[in-house]
Amino acid sequence: MEPNITLLLVSGFLIACGVYLLLERSLTRILMGILLASNGVNLLYPIIAGRAGLPAFIGLSAADRITDPLPQAMVLTSIVITLATTAFLLTMAYRAFQVNGHDEVQDDVEDAVIRRLALLDEASESYDAGVTHGEPGEEAGSDTHETTGAARPGDPREGDR
Amino acid sequence: MSWLVPMPILLALFGAGLTLILGRRPMAQRAVSVSVLSAIVAVAGGLVYLADRDGPQVTWVAGWPAPQGISLVADRLSTVLLLVSSVICLLVLVFSLGQEEEQRRRETPISIYHPTFLALTAGVSNAFLTGDLFNLYVGFEILLFASFVLLTLGGTGDRIRAGTTYVVVSLVSSLLFLVALAAVYAATGTVNMALAGVRLAALPPEVQQVIHLLLITVFGIKAAVFPLSAWLPDSYPTAPAPVTAVFAGLLTKVGVYAIIRTQTVLFPEGALRVPMMVIGILTMVLGILGAIAQGEIKRILSFTLVSHIGYMIFGIALDSEAGLSAAIFYTVHHILVQTALFLVAGLIERRGGSTSLNELGGLASASPVLGALFLVPALNLAGIPPLSGFLGKVGLVRAGVGTHDWLAGVGVAAVLLTSLLSLFAVAKIWNRAFWQAMPLAENEDGKMVEAGLPLQPSMAVVAGMLVAVGLALTVFGGSMYGFTDRAAHDARHGDYITAVLPQGVR
Repeated sequence: MEPNITLLLVSGFLIACGVYLLLERSLTRILMGILLASNGVNLLYPIIAGRAGLPAFIGLSAADRITDPLPQAMVLTSIVITLATTAFLLTMAYRAFQVNGHDEVQDDVEDAVIRRLALLDEASESYDAGVTHGEPGEEAGSDTHETTGAARPGDPREGDR
Repeated sequence: MSWLVPMPILLALFGAGLTLILGRRPMAQRAVSVSVLSAIVAVAGGLVYLADRDGPQVTWVAGWPAPQGISLVADRLSTVLLLVSSVICLLVLVFSLGQEEEQRRRETPISIYHPTFLALTAGVSNAFLTGDLFNLYVGFEILLFASFVLLTLGGTGDRIRAGTTYVVVSLVSSLLFLVALAAVYAATGTVNMALAGVRLAALPPEVQQVIHLLLITVFGIKAAVFPLSAWLPDSYPTAPAPVTAVFAGLLTKVGVYAIIRTQTVLFPEGALRVPMMVIGILTMVLGILGAIAQGEIKRILSFTLVSHIGYMIFGIALDSEAGLSAAIFYTVHHILVQTALFLVAGLIERRGGSTSLNELGGLASASPVLGALFLVPALNLAGIPPLSGFLGKVGLVRAGVGTHDWLAGVGVAAVLLTSLLSLFAVAKIWNRAFWQAMPLAENEDGKMVEAGLPLQPSMAVVAGMLVAVGLALTVFGGSMYGFTDRAAHDARHGDYITAVLPQGVR
């Protein structure tokens, strides 16, 4: 099978642009990226159908001169799915805009807490809480009592409460 | 009896449509979805029996001749996963009925919950039953879109944030899947799994390797194996408890199922054995280390979910009948136990008012029932002897030792270490949420502060039933292992291909 080079280049270009946009923070740009990349991927299907030919209708065209209809059926399915994707992502971007005033992808809150604790080289609150609430005998982490304590000034967790 | 094969998909889609029409009649909606899911459980049970007695059941959709049409294949592997998944869906749905009354007051568009849930079931059933790669993609898309809706239910700020990660990662994996499908079709001229499996073997090794890597990457994202797992703990915990439970139980396992099919039908020569083994080991160890660092129950459970996917990947990568059998057994066990744990996490959230370990305490004395409901699946997850987690891990360790290979030896060590650290992770939850006194007790003159709502009996009963199903897996562990041995034998000896293509179509 001789692939169609023009289509292949266009497909590659679209996917490259799509990936570039996917790396952005704004959900609308990510949506554009998904759209471009999906179109690029969908273009792969006309390529794998092989050489162009007559429409695949029984009785209209001779069997040896028709184009392969199966990739067309597949690409139709994936186009419909892309449409649904677009609708859903647009809704989500709009909802994020309603809730936050922007549509930027946010970092995970819990990850950020753990990362800051790691940077400060402190035990997490779930480890040292025994100090703040008494009953040290029941605590697994009782040996850390000296190094940790109740909420200090500058405690990274205060802002999250 | 092959007319039974498409029934799980058809019933679920039909039920989804019907419940959508009945959106304004909550009682009718509930009746429809419960009866549809019960029917699917019955059909799945029948299919397990038939597949075990007569071998794989094959249907060609709409009567298209083989191998041009789309085939649905119900062999031992797919039917057992179908049965477990439909049981899970039914129990989780009944569980969520208890929560619905309150949710309706807070979250507006609740009438879409039932149709979406049934669509999710249809997608999962389709992914398990299909014998066609493109139809597998369609099944994935059905379940993904249903899961997008369920994950962002209510559209609160948290869920939109969590949903963004999940949706974008899923869409990228779908795009990669389409690229892989294009490559498979271009190389073999078919997307039927059995036929593609036969034709792929004749291709040059480098072409095979590209396609193989593409497929494994795609399914690895779905299954949340290590470098591709970062999306999972960020997105699952914010969803409502029943939704998280069914996601945790099923969605990643669909990815594992697809990996098993890739390794047995499409590339049966055991290629990529070493990379998969390494990935499995890393998934186990790094996942459980992530779990230990967390301070929130649902996030701990999400990380253990990632970690235990590593067990299944390890079993598959062993590339032996015993390894595959243990992996299938472990998948069944893990679906049950992980769903039970997430449902119990939902009950903890209800009873204690939070799932953060910093705000919980004293649950063992406040609600002994909840304590028992948590402890049994938690010990099961860690693999304490009489429970099914232990049986699954013993199977994996035996299969690993049986291969006489140093990398498998490292894997066995990782299995044992992860199991120990899983015990540490669940013990952390147990100590802090159940045994330790309530954190706010001091302020109230030693009195317990009632933060949450009382346990609702119907929800506790459903969670208890799920725990009981998990225990039944221990009681029938022997016959279950017999079944998974036969399933693994089928998968590794080309029974699938001969069942789909009886005339040996090339």
